Formats: sequence, C-alpha cells, structure tokens
Amino acid sequence: MNDFEYLMPTTINEAISLHEKYGEGAKYIAGGTDVIVKIKEGKISPQCLISLRHLQGLDNIIYEKGELRIGAMVTHRMLELSPVIRNEFPVLADAVENIGSVQIRNVATIGGNIVNAVPSADGAVPLIALGAEVRVIGPKEARIIALEDFFIGPGQTSLKTGEILVEFLIPKLLSHTGAAYWKHTRRAAMELPILGVAVLISLDDDMKTCTEARIGLGVVAPTPMRAKNAEAILKGSKVDEEILKKAGKAAAQECKPRDSSRGKAWYRRDMVELFVQRMAKVAMERAH
Amino acid sequence: MKKVSVSFTLNGDLVTAEVPPNWTLLKTLREYFELTGAKEGCGVGECGACTVIVDGDAINSCIYPILEVEGKSVTTIEGVASKDGALHPLQKAFLENNGVQCGFCTSGMIMSSKALLDHNPDPTEDEIRASIAGNLCRCTGYVQIVESIKNAAEMIKQEK
Ligand SMILES: Cc1cc2nc3c(=O)[nH]c(=O)nc-3n(C[C@H](O)[C@H](O)[C@H](O)COP(=O)(O)OP(=O)(O)OC[C@H]3O[C@@H](n4cnc5c(N)ncnc54)[C@H](O)[C@@H]3O)c2cc1C
Ligand code: FES
Ligand code: FES
Repeated sequence: MNDFEYLMPTTINEAISLHEKYGEGAKYIAGGTDVIVKIKEGKISPQCLISLRHLQGLDNIIYEKGELRIGAMVTHRMLELSPVIRNEFPVLADAVENIGSVQIRNVATIGGNIVNAVPSADGAVPLIALGAEVRVIGPKEARIIALEDFFIGPGQTSLKTGEILVEFLIPKLLSHTGAAYWKHTRRAAMELPILGVAVLISLDDDMKTCTEARIGLGVVAPTPMRAKNAEAILKGSKVDEEILKKAGKAAAQECKPRDSSRGKAWYRRDMVELFVQRMAKVAMERAH
Repeated sequence: MKKVSVSFTLNGDLVTAEVPPNWTLLKTLREYFELTGAKEGCGVGECGACTVIVDGDAINSCIYPILEVEGKSVTTIEGVASKDGALHPLQKAFLENNGVQCGFCTSGMIMSSKALLDHNPDPTEDEIRASIAGNLCRCTGYVQIVESIKNAAEMIKQEK
C-alpha cells in the first residue's frame, strides 16, 4: 500500500476542512471495504485518508411519523438486523442481507455503497424504489438531492469536492404499500448482482388498483435507473397477470444492459421482464 | 514513514503498537505482535482467512485500518482457548468432526462461528451457513465445518 496519513476528525466541519487542506490527495473513508481494496490494488493512491467513522450522529436509523432517516455511516449489518427495517422496509433488508459476507456487512456502510456509484451497488436500487433523497454537507452549502439524480455515470456522483453524504431521507409511504428487491446472481453468496430489481407498489383500499409504482433497476444501465414506462402501466390499473406482463416487457425495453462477463444483454433483458413481475407480486403480498 | 501509536485490548490485554498509519490490523497482528493465527489469503476481503473479532463482530482484518481499533477490543484465534490452555468448544468440535484439513481457513472459520454463537447460541443450519459465507475453504467441502459448528453449539448448551 502507498504511504498515507490517517486522520479521524470528530465533526463534519473538521472533516471538510481537512479535506480542503489536503486537496487532491485527500480521500474520505467510511468502512473502507472499497477504499482499502482499491489502494491495495494500486487503483488509487491518496496521501491522506479522512475517516468518517468518528463523526457524531451519522450512524442512526430513525423512524418517526412514517418517515425514515438512515445515517450514511449505518452499516449493512445494522440495517439487516434492525427490526424497523425488517418489519417496515423489508425491501432494504432483501438488499443488504445479501451484500458480501457478514465480515463485510459489519463494516461496509450504506453511504459508501451509494457514493461508490457502481452500477451493481445493491443499496441503490431499493432506495430509489423507496423514493429516497440524500442530504449532503459541503464546504459551501448543504443540500438535498433525489437519489435517482445523484448518480451521473459509473463511479460518478453529483457530489462536489469535499462534500459528505450525511443521510438518506425516505418519505412516508402511502397506505397499502409493499416493496421487494431481487439480487440476481449465479452463486448464493459473495457475488455482485448480474441484475438487481426493486418494485414498490401502493394499492387503493380495494387492494387491487395501483395508486403508485416505482421500479428501480441495477446493472442494466450506466447508473441505477427507474423504469418509468413500466411504472406508468401499473399506475392506475387493476393489477393482474396481464398488466404485470406488460409492465415487465416495458421495463425490459427501457433498460439499457450491456454484455459483460457476468451476463449477456439479452439475458439481462429477459430477466428484467421476469423479475419485475415476480417482485411486483411479492410487493403486493407485502402491502397491508 | 512516521509511525503512529495505537492502543487497544488484544485477547484481553491492553496493548500499544507503534506502526505506520497505512498498516492494516492483519499486518499489525502478524508482524508487530507476531500472532500468525489470522492468515492472509486474498488480502482484499474475499476469503475470510484473516477474520478476527472486533467489539463482538467478525471483520476482515486485511482491509481494516489499524488506527480504527483504537480503544476497541480485538479477539484473534490465539485468544479463543482459555488462559489455562483448555480449548474452546469450537476448537474441540473442529478437531473431533474433521473440520480442519490443511488448516488455512480454520482460524477464520472459528472466529466467524464464534461471533455467531456469541450472539446466537442456537443457530439454524442456514444461519450457520450465512455466518461463514465469507470464509472460503478449499479442502473440506464445508460439510464437516457446518457439523463442527452444530456440535460446538451443543457442547456449549450442555456446559450451561
Ligand atoms: C468482498 C467484497 C464483497 C462485496 N460485495 C458487495 C455486494 O454484494 N454488493 C454491493 O453493492 N457491494 C459490495 N461490495 C462493495 C462495497 O463493500 C460496498 O459498496 C460498501 O457498501 C462500501 O461501503 P464502505 O463504507 O466500505 O465504503 P468506503 O470504501 O469507505 O468508501 C467508498 C467510497 O465512498 C466514499 N464515501 C464513503 N462514505 C462517504 C460519505 N458519507 N460521504 C462522502 N463520501 C463517502 C469514499 O471516499 C469512497 O470513494 C463488496 C466489497 C467487497 C470487498
Ligand atoms: S485475507 Fe482478508 S479476506 Fe482474504
Ligand atoms: S481446511 Fe484447508 S482451506 Fe479449509
């Protein structure tokens, strides 16, 4: 590993000023499951790592009046074991309990997963389906951005130099809402997804008519994306097999997968069609 | 490179290390404390050979920055048997059930399963398998390892 200093500020302001002081050579580190691996592989060589682990109040899961706030430093393991997440937001549990291993989940954070911005980030897709926003604090300003606008390209986000992702804000869900995530892999564990599909559905009191639908797709475009055409098909209709088939087809058409070592584009499209339908069914079963 | 000082509890004893800030916990354990039970397999979080327990949780020490253990409690395979040398039920069970073949994965396997049993003394087979999903073994085919962990859980129950 290259030489680096390792700094452990205790406030956000201190972290930001250290980042400004070290400029180009500075890099924030959360759980480090990505940063340390990249340093070891020689892909990056920062002069100074600024740890975010000691900032106060960034590792809380707060559920108040239906609104959920998740601190950026919350680990995948904390989410996986949280009763609020398991009971009220099982779509997130679906995703985080299948990230890496227990050892990875014990240290890797949801903030790091999102800032990494790889198309296969398991955390991104369910959060997009939940309509999450991110709160960011930087040298100049604090701002709130919709998560789906946060990603710009593979590995690229709209974070400006020195900005820290502070928390995720998930708005109150409509009544009768359910959501589910599917991570499609070849092995049972320790693999990045070939494809990730999250579907959120809200139903009317009749428990049939869809009042809101949000579909997140991962690994089928340069950034995690929403399948808005498929959503439009579901919204307002009575959800049955035929409508689900239509929505699945629409999602398969609007995604933009590529051939890669983990899967061919045609296969990804076929699986999008299938898993949009399956996850919609699970989402409806979960709606109560 | 200038060294930094880090103090933490290691297998029950308060210790201080003087190491470069870019060292990992694994490197510090093996090269500063000469505790070579935790192994370096992949060095990048994939294989689990370097697993140790930090404040009750299993982690990959090969990607854990040393300064982050300041004030924490670290347990390695060397701290699993009691001070009088009596083996932990997991160690006994791995020996009795052929959970150990070449032994390279063993310390990591035992640390992952210890973290599991410490939190959940009566795990299902699925929970056992999930707890060691990040520990690769090239020898056993995992069956004997899962049996060993089940057996250790029974031994612990009977001790109580
Ligand atoms: C063996 C292994 C298996 C993995 N499996 C999966 C998997 O199944 N699914 C998956 O999605 N990922 C997986 N990953 C990737 C990675 O572990 C996750 O993306 C993880 O969530 C990253 O979080 P971290 O806290 O470790 O990030 P770090 O490595 O600490 O940081 C990642 C990036 O984000 C920046 N950053 C972190 N937090 C903030 C913040 N709050 N504000 C601003 N910038 C920040 C850092 O500067 C860095 O650029 C795996 C990694 C390994 C090593
Ligand atoms: S050596 Fe740490 S996970 Fe392989
Ligand atoms: S016993 Fe040889 S790797 Fe597991």
